[in-house]
Amino acid sequence: MTAVQKTRAEASAVGRRGAPPPGPAGGRPRPGRRRRTAALTPWLFLAVPLTLLLVFTYLPVADMVGYSFTDWDGTSPERSLVGGENYTDLVTRPQLFEVFLVSGFYLAASFVQIAVALYFATVLSFNTRFRNVFKGLLFFPYLVNGVAVGFVFLYFFQPDGTLDTLLRLVGVDGRHLWLGDPDLANPSLAGVSVWRFTGLNMVLFLGAIQSIPPHLYEAAQLDGANRWQQFRHIIAPGIKPVISLSFILAVSGSLAVFEIPYIMTGGANGTETFVIQTVKLAFQFDKVGLASASAVVLLVLILLITWVQRRLIPEERVELS
Amino acid sequence: MRKSWMALVAATAVAATACSGQGGGGRGEIAAPPSDPAKVSGEITVLTNRSDQIADGTLEKYAEEFGEVYPGVKVKFEGLTDYEGETKIRMNTENYGDVLLIPNSLSVEQYPTFFAPLGEAGELSKKFDYTDHATVDGQVYGLANIGVANGFVYNKAVWAKAGITEWPATPEEFVADLRKIRARTDAVPYYTNYKDGWPLTNWTNAIGSPGCDPGSYDSLAKTAKPWSPGSDLHTIDELLYTVVDGKLSESDPTTTNWEDSKTQMGAGRIASMWLGSWAISQMRTAAEAAGKKPDDIGFMPFPAQKDGKFCSVLRPDYQYAVNVHSGKKAAARAWIDWYITKSGQAAAEGSISSVKGAPLPDTLKPFSDNDVTLIPQHQENVADVHAIDKASEIGITVQDYRQKLVDVARGAADGDMDSYFEELNGKWSEAQQTLGG
Repeated sequence: MTAVQKTRAEASAVGRRGAPPPGPAGGRPRPGRRRRTAALTPWLFLAVPLTLLLVFTYLPVADMVGYSFTDWDGTSPERSLVGGENYTDLVTRPQLFEVFLVSGFYLAASFVQIAVALYFATVLSFNTRFRNVFKGLLFFPYLVNGVAVGFVFLYFFQPDGTLDTLLRLVGVDGRHLWLGDPDLANPSLAGVSVWRFTGLNMVLFLGAIQSIPPHLYEAAQLDGANRWQQFRHIIAPGIKPVISLSFILAVSGSLAVFEIPYIMTGGANGTETFVIQTVKLAFQFDKVGLASASAVVLLVLILLITWVQRRLIPEERVELS
Repeated sequence: MRKSWMALVAATAVAATACSGQGGGGRGEIAAPPSDPAKVSGEITVLTNRSDQIADGTLEKYAEEFGEVYPGVKVKFEGLTDYEGETKIRMNTENYGDVLLIPNSLSVEQYPTFFAPLGEAGELSKKFDYTDHATVDGQVYGLANIGVANGFVYNKAVWAKAGITEWPATPEEFVADLRKIRARTDAVPYYTNYKDGWPLTNWTNAIGSPGCDPGSYDSLAKTAKPWSPGSDLHTIDELLYTVVDGKLSESDPTTTNWEDSKTQMGAGRIASMWLGSWAISQMRTAAEAAGKKPDDIGFMPFPAQKDGKFCSVLRPDYQYAVNVHSGKKAAARAWIDWYITKSGQAAAEGSISSVKGAPLPDTLKPFSDNDVTLIPQHQENVADVHAIDKASEIGITVQDYRQKLVDVARGAADGDMDSYFEELNGKWSEAQQTLGG
């Protein structure tokens, strides 16, 4: 759903690739120097990603947790410790959590997104004509910079803009304020998010589907199974871990939506999300301490939800043969 | 293995302390104007929000002219499109140029931490306007290049087509005029620029105009309920509310576009917008580009009169300051003084020069012709006003609360004007009490 997802997906991909099994270094290892270098090799490979991870992820997070216990305003060189005051401030202001209702729209949209992605991934895993073209077309939106997506869709949603014109062509009349009408604004924005991230989900699913041995389909075809039955009994169980991962990412992603609404509406007209609210607290009202605290709360919330999800749907190894 | 871990930990620790450390190099040293131009030398970096003037070579031209007077100084510009955001983050380090514009979000009492004093207030205020906006303990920390008057930029041709020739003198007359425009022309009577947002913040600069009171903004620090009937904020925001409520603004505020609005104003598809005087020349250019007369673009004050005269508040634009950590303070100060007094930049753009006694620019001729009183805004309690504003999370200098006001007016958010003003009053007085107690 958001950049958070993107970095996570990349991080997990890096994680998978980044750790080569420390196998024997070929030949008969001489004891001493040779063995030491061999033991060091995986760490050398790991050094770069680990440094990046530490410097750009864990260190800032540690800093942020530190700020959340201060009253820092973002510019002043002084800041004083205020203990847990920011946190008590947060929990005594329930209206700060009302914005999570907006996340509901994105959560609903991400289910649509997963369904659509699953459909296309399945269709494109068979021998469809022009499948590579379609793969490219569907993945393309994900490659477009989020800011550009925001601007493109601003024109798309303008009264008498692209969407209205298209609707008129197919006979649906009427001017809609896609972003102006408070009932339509959030669904419109969630729609943009579906457009943008379906391709990523599709590629994840497609990769998983391709790891299913082809002879299973052959056997199923011999037994007279149709496409739906193949999907239901071979593909769906075969890629279950990836689907459940997608759901986890969907939930955390929709809690942390930022880019699209921030660029398109700036959080106006009832489209403010928790992250936009946090950014405004920090940079408009100079309450970096309070904003850090709400970022920490969001982090804890996402960890908690992920943990509950993993508890409900435990990871199981899928054996395909 | 252990060694490399240690190195990593040490490196991160160093990085962490480097981030939070603030050295104090040359604090308190006055950035005085050099007495002999030939003796100053060095390369200075000027941070600017005018990346457009870097692109078209205007600033480079000024730097060359400056170089003729100060041959030893080389001026380098750094344009920032998101000036406010980027500068504020850079100010956590020592590296924020030699000359920079003071970010609006910085409060005045923080100035001595970041900027070098430029001189005594008593001395500088004789030569420049608006020095009181950047004075802390008798020292001035920033000099504005230009001042900005506020009013409605309007398309005279459209207003004339609707049969209006006189400036409206009350908010009610103004709304009645907009209704005439709605009825008799195709133009959008008023354009809010809701999506870009910052044009909405300009309404705050009208504070002082309704009652012709230069101390009106200052008095917010002592006012418990700034949105009570009769107060400036009530009058101003009520006007905006009535305009939107009466469907006299654009139909979809959420997809507005500032650049596009200039073209529309120039072409006569928009009748009026509340902006600063700096916008006049931009609108005239737009009118010319649209094939209309630049003179069609007019400027009128807030529709309120005191003793039969209109009032418009004067506020400084960005103020130039010298980085307190700069090693070339004399050269930096020389640039600021030369840019403000000698470059002719203010006149070239039709802005109000901050040099005392400079004539009003051509763009403001309608104001001088009609005897509009220009009142410089007092800024003695401005730090308190901003402290209350930030604590209350209302943000009178940011767009959010007026966007909500527009939403309420057009029926996209719950409540009505009175309930919303009541809510704002409540937040303001609560913050005021918290800070005061």
